[in-house]
Amino acid sequence: MAPETSLPVLTAKDFASDQDIRWCPGCGDYAILNQVRKVMAKMGTSRENTVFVSGIGCSSRFPYYVNTYGFHTIHGRAPAVATGVKMSNPELQVWVITGDGDALSIGGNHLMHALRRNVDLKILLFNNRIYGLTKGQYSPTSEVGKITKSTPFGSLDHPVNPISLALACEATFVARTADIYQQHLQETLKLAASHKGSVFIEILQNCIIFNDGAFKDVTDRANRDDKQVMLEHGRPLIFGKGHDKGLRQNGMEVEVVQLGRDGVTEKDLIVHDAFAQNQALAYMLSRVESPVPMGVFRNITRPSFEMRAHAQIDETMKKYGKGDLDKLLKGKETWTVN
Amino acid sequence: MTTQVESRTAAPNRQVLKNVTIRFAGDSGDGVQITGSQFTNTTAIAGNDLATLPDFPAEIRAPAGTLPGVSGFQIQFSSSDIHTPGDQPDVLVAFNPAALKVHVGDLAPNGILICDTSQFDKSHLAKAGYTTNPLEDGSLSKYRLFSVNITEKTLVALRELEALSSREKVRCKNFYALGMAYWLFNRPIETSLRWIEDKFKKMPEIARANVLALKGGYAYCEMTDTFQAVAYEIPPAPTSKGLYRNLSGNEALAMGLVAASARSGLPLFYGAYPITPASDILHELAKHKNFGIVTFQAEDEIAAVAASVGAAFAGSLAVTGSAGPGIALKSEAVSLAVMTELPLVIVDVQRGGPSTGLPTKTEQADLLFTLFGRHGEAPVCLLAPATPGECFFYALEACRLAVKFMTPVYLLSDGYLANGAEPWRIPAAAELPEFPVSFAVNPNGFHPYSRDAKTLSRPWAVPGTPGMEHRIGGIEKREVTGNVSYDPANHEKMTVLRRDKIRRIAAEIPPLVVEGDQDAEILVIGWGSTYGAIRAASELARARGIKVAVAHLRHLCPWPANIGEVLKRYKKVLCPEMNLGQLSLLLRAEFLVDVIGLNKMQGQPFKGREVLNGIINVIDGKPVPQPAEAAGRGESNNECDSGA
Repeated sequence: MAPETSLPVLTAKDFASDQDIRWCPGCGDYAILNQVRKVMAKMGTSRENTVFVSGIGCSSRFPYYVNTYGFHTIHGRAPAVATGVKMSNPELQVWVITGDGDALSIGGNHLMHALRRNVDLKILLFNNRIYGLTKGQYSPTSEVGKITKSTPFGSLDHPVNPISLALACEATFVARTADIYQQHLQETLKLAASHKGSVFIEILQNCIIFNDGAFKDVTDRANRDDKQVMLEHGRPLIFGKGHDKGLRQNGMEVEVVQLGRDGVTEKDLIVHDAFAQNQALAYMLSRVESPVPMGVFRNITRPSFEMRAHAQIDETMKKYGKGDLDKLLKGKETWTVN
Repeated sequence: MTTQVESRTAAPNRQVLKNVTIRFAGDSGDGVQITGSQFTNTTAIAGNDLATLPDFPAEIRAPAGTLPGVSGFQIQFSSSDIHTPGDQPDVLVAFNPAALKVHVGDLAPNGILICDTSQFDKSHLAKAGYTTNPLEDGSLSKYRLFSVNITEKTLVALRELEALSSREKVRCKNFYALGMAYWLFNRPIETSLRWIEDKFKKMPEIARANVLALKGGYAYCEMTDTFQAVAYEIPPAPTSKGLYRNLSGNEALAMGLVAASARSGLPLFYGAYPITPASDILHELAKHKNFGIVTFQAEDEIAAVAASVGAAFAGSLAVTGSAGPGIALKSEAVSLAVMTELPLVIVDVQRGGPSTGLPTKTEQADLLFTLFGRHGEAPVCLLAPATPGECFFYALEACRLAVKFMTPVYLLSDGYLANGAEPWRIPAAAELPEFPVSFAVNPNGFHPYSRDAKTLSRPWAVPGTPGMEHRIGGIEKREVTGNVSYDPANHEKMTVLRRDKIRRIAAEIPPLVVEGDQDAEILVIGWGSTYGAIRAASELARARGIKVAVAHLRHLCPWPANIGEVLKRYKKVLCPEMNLGQLSLLLRAEFLVDVIGLNKMQGQPFKGREVLNGIINVIDGKPVPQPAEAAGRGESNNECDSGA
């Protein structure tokens, strides 16, 4: 797009579409929508160059509520559709809105490949550990033994850890936040908007109807200090109400230690490195179940897929000249009939 | 380049033939397909009309010397207009006993049979199921047998190349055989010499070996008395003036897509997942990135089509391609393109099904699937080229219709068209239809689901355009606004609109042309790759004084406007198809015409004689043999041999 001389200043309201929002009252999705709209405004995002692509599920209605370009696609395929959008026009900022069922079950394959290719997509996974739109079946992130309509005697399958999966796919930006952490959510989304390459953010999100309180133990004000640890680059991993606990590496394990006990000091703790090329540390942290690590696990740069694809096109044009249709039609061997 | 062997040396008395069918056959590692395609290119450049039938196993290297591992390549070439790769080979080159066993039954009586004797040892004979050596037991006496130790002769021809192992040298035997075939039919060897130099640019020793083998085979025949009796000349075919090249269906289709991109001004996006026999389209397009083409080898068939739908939304000329199993996987995303009314071309290079079926063999059994294989009322446009060359023009046409009507368009090719080749008159780019696309850019009164009064298509407003921000998706749309709507009356209205939009395409379609005898009693109607066999059969029939009218459908949805009238004009309608009667079913259902099906499900195209037989049966009021009873089809055709 040609640069404009005076850019209109947009507010969060300018990113609201004229459609009525149809999520259940009290759904965590509202808070995420608000933060996204705010970040769009704060980052000076242009509406016409932004596309929201979603799959199927409650969260995937998201694009209808943002006044940018939007595509509500089919179950699980949003990363693939978004890849096509981004490859077709790399100038666009493309967000993918998905849920735990959409991204990790039916669409697991596309998520994996979008991340490892490093397509410049901002993937927001709303994880509520339940199938909401189909009225309450267990999801791939549900805990073992989950009683739902489809598992009246308890679910059997081991849940997938979205962060571990994204790191295994070598995603270049991986973070976890929660719907109710307005400030943290906003900061994480800002980082996402400015990252060049695939972004994966797991947003812990409450489903008030079918899985209320799914993350209560972790995110409630009363618990959160003891149940979660904030990942901050370059800082030792300390948590607890009295800032008295920390994470220490012991061989291949991460263990919780009490500062001051048995001579343990801050110097013994893991210092978070979000920019490490090797994702081993980030992966190790992703395996920690309590406290739950929140924040940016990994933030590195690697050339994005669509840029490489277009660079290759430019290179071939330079090398062979712009395609000549007549020359192509003729091919290598011809003969003339007079 | 200078050649030591002076090519096209005339044998003392070359016999002039009108047309010849050759089949090369060997192990799938013997280079049979390369031999065949080289012979084809050379023959095309020599000015003959031709048609080819590559026929190879699904396995890359089935156990050596076994029957399932046999790969074949057939070409008919002629000094007149021909339509099929030939019903019966006049020449068979067999590189091993298994190839002989599989193919000798097809060879014409008194046909030329060249066998590489080096492979006719006890173990290879046993693998092919021979208890005695057929080269020696007299069982091949009805053919003109030439037993040649091609492998040993190749080694001798290459003896000066000390750097190569004998294994590498033996691999050149196909070019030795090719040289022999070139001499027998007086073909120039230069085209193949150029190909070898280009192909093995980085391996000069290998290039030299193949050149020596080719020249060696040529010289061997020239110097050997026994071959002087089988030296032939097939003069060039009279064709319309112009510049020609040889072209396979997949190449043609890929070029048609590139041309569509150039003539529409839209960048081409091709999303695909590797699958036989469609992969060559991806390979071909990936070579031409300097046309601004984005090729995307996706993680699976669904991603391939989904990314294409995304690219269409973003303003690319979006195409996905596959074959049967992949087409099935794409179904849901095609429905999304129907609902969101985005232009999308889906190429289906049909192969034998269901499931994995016969991956490398041809069939036409996806007609009903592509027409109906989506949930809900999900109408699409369907096109089917009839020849390899037509794949070019129909790829272009599919793209034109997709963007004009904002709809998915299926383009049905098949394995036979994809791999078969024919001489093709090269059009000038400037002669090709132009269809510049203009996106919607004016926000005043813009509605994503407003419609063009004539075509019923909706505006194409692409991300990046200020003021046109809108949301689309798979949920039913309110007409005009495109907002989510569950209103019952609106759903019915939109369903009918989507149907009617496809019907409006009929206004763009040329009428169905009836070729041959307009006043015939019988109309033979076909679609897709059966065209050649139907044309050949109608010419055979006419030679016997039987009147036949022929009509071939390139547009399967919507139909050409006059199809009902054409069908009703004839007393009898015969419909040959490589399926169990899918077009027949449609024609019967829609036009209440008692269509008689002629069906074949053998992974092989129809022979002209098979269609002729069907015509004769219908004229005589006899039942047309059905596939279940047709095991002996070959034998039952004897009455037609003279016409072949």
